[in-house]
Amino acid sequence: MFELLGIPPQVLMGQLLLGLINGSFYAVLSLGLAVIFGLLNIINFSHGALYMMGAFASWMLLNYIGIGYWPALILAPLIVGAFGVVLERLLLNKLYHLDHLYGLLLTFGLALILQGVFRNYYGISGMPYQIPESLSGGQNLGFMFLPNYRAWVIVASVVVCFGTWFVIEKTRLGAYLRAGTENPVLVGAFGINVPLMITLTYGFGVALAGFAGVLAAPIYSVNPNMGADLIIVVFAVVVIGGMGSILGAIITGFGLGIVEGLTRVFYPEGSAVVIFVIMAIVLLIKPEGLFGRAA
Amino acid sequence: MLKKLTLGTAFAALAAGGAFAADIDVKLGVLNDRSGIYSDIAGEGSVIAARLAVEDFKAAEKGINVEIVSADHQNKPDVGSNIARQWYDQDGVTAIVDVPTSSVALAVAGITAEANGVFLASGPGSTGVTREQCRPTTIHWTYDTAALANGTGKAVTLAGGKKWFFLTADYAFGHSLQNNTASVVEANGGEVVGSVNVPFPANDFSSFLLQAQGSGADVIGLANAGGDTINAIKQAAEFGITQAGQKLAGLLIFINDVHALGTQTAQGLQMTSAFYWDRDDTTRAFSERFEAERGSKPNMITAGVYGAVTHYLAAVEATGTTEGETVTAWMKANPADDKLFGKVTIRGDGRAIHDMYLFEVKTPAESTGEWDLLKTISTISGEEAFLPMLPECDFSAK
Repeated sequence: MFELLGIPPQVLMGQLLLGLINGSFYAVLSLGLAVIFGLLNIINFSHGALYMMGAFASWMLLNYIGIGYWPALILAPLIVGAFGVVLERLLLNKLYHLDHLYGLLLTFGLALILQGVFRNYYGISGMPYQIPESLSGGQNLGFMFLPNYRAWVIVASVVVCFGTWFVIEKTRLGAYLRAGTENPVLVGAFGINVPLMITLTYGFGVALAGFAGVLAAPIYSVNPNMGADLIIVVFAVVVIGGMGSILGAIITGFGLGIVEGLTRVFYPEGSAVVIFVIMAIVLLIKPEGLFGRAA
Repeated sequence: MLKKLTLGTAFAALAAGGAFAADIDVKLGVLNDRSGIYSDIAGEGSVIAARLAVEDFKAAEKGINVEIVSADHQNKPDVGSNIARQWYDQDGVTAIVDVPTSSVALAVAGITAEANGVFLASGPGSTGVTREQCRPTTIHWTYDTAALANGTGKAVTLAGGKKWFFLTADYAFGHSLQNNTASVVEANGGEVVGSVNVPFPANDFSSFLLQAQGSGADVIGLANAGGDTINAIKQAAEFGITQAGQKLAGLLIFINDVHALGTQTAQGLQMTSAFYWDRDDTTRAFSERFEAERGSKPNMITAGVYGAVTHYLAAVEATGTTEGETVTAWMKANPADDKLFGKVTIRGDGRAIHDMYLFEVKTPAESTGEWDLLKTISTISGEEAFLPMLPECDFSAK
């Protein structure tokens, strides 16, 4: 059937795989957004900038103190997460009783400031960051050459996504989190420190963005605009999946990566907008998103 | 305070008593990308280059008061047009400088002609600037896509890269670069086996690279620039495309891009440029001054801004006016002996003719410093590099 459109099946397989890889980034980023929105009700527009910070953190760790990729994979998200905790304590926690719009504007402004600062110091061309030795090279799958590093990106993303979903939906800690956002007073009465829990949740969501940034650093050049280019797409993913739905974020993240990849084969010029077309259609038919609960 | 004032007046009187009775006010508007994908290539660097040109020309001593203003066109033709209009109509700008991103440059060229200003184009690549959309008041100084094609495209084809596949940035510049290169490839016995239009700007090139790989081409031509080129080259290395025997031809690569990629990834890549900082003592001296302010070596766009502004000031000095058609006519009639580009003549259509160079990126072993990145392969004469003039674009007779 696909051969009728002039695309041999093995090329299609390759494109599906590439779509999955891009989808990994969408999934990890939109997961962070979904966690933050679902549990804190903050539309975190600075997510892209924090993703960029993750990439820069790993670049800085390597170039300033000689810490390589693997430790950076743990350290950079911790650094970005800690930064997120500071943000939450200093700024965001003043906004919880206000309309969503305030959080959106604040985080949008933060994103612009962060990007501006990094652009001022590091320029726009980006910084080189090599693929770690142990993951260089690749496998010939017959239909395509799969770089080891990209395979690792898929594995790491799936593990992180599944782990997060499991913690929030299936564990006691996750139950506290969900309960704490539903009724903070009641949960607080059971002796649980709700504000701390919220702060740590924001820190965790932000650390997910940082993690995606470290994963991205060796593939894309580490540059201040990398988050800005991605964030709009990721928001579209979150909207399509349903704001705040963890599972929705993961599944639509991977799914839309694949859709975008296929568009690149059949109609490359449309690949930049296909996600927004889907978003428009979904919003018309099911405004709460594919996996969202009707408000 | 009073002392300073009298001193100032004395100097002003001295200057006025020189070659000219009346002072001339020149206002240069440096219009380029200050925050987006091309802001490292041009951006503040072009403003610095323009300022260095004004200083070196000693404009103040010659009775020319130069003011430099700058703005961000955000790579959007509508934004660029609005700024250009305001500059000419309200702010008294006499010449607009740089303007990378061909779509914006073409809009600015039209507005400049209407306002009878001067457009000193260094940043844009489209040949349309001096061909399909030629204007009497445009001077296209540094390079164009035809010159790039005649450099890299020809060299790679003659070296055996016969079958080409293009990854093309989907806007005026990318298409212009692809068309020019395709004709050079075909003229030299090669063929184009396919192309794909990549939305601009793009992060992920893997899908497109895979299509290029599947096409069976010898050479993948990158008809894009800046961050797009960097990502494409980086990802081509990752997907083992060059190891598998396909060659990459970066059709527009700046020294900043090579610097960002590092010699490890970029080694062996061939590129065409009008300027390299390490060519002779003069270029090295200029580049050192530039680097002290900018933090990076100048590239061909910023070097071109320096040359174009210098020649423009010479024209203003000689003609005693800033009126566009008069100034550009003088610039076309009088060749420049440019510090950075060597001998530069300007044709009737506004195309500046000078040598271009084919470079190859050094290997990590060959490179001795952070900016020691290129070695010269060959010199391409101006006549060979640029397209001939369209008869209807010859504005020199006026």
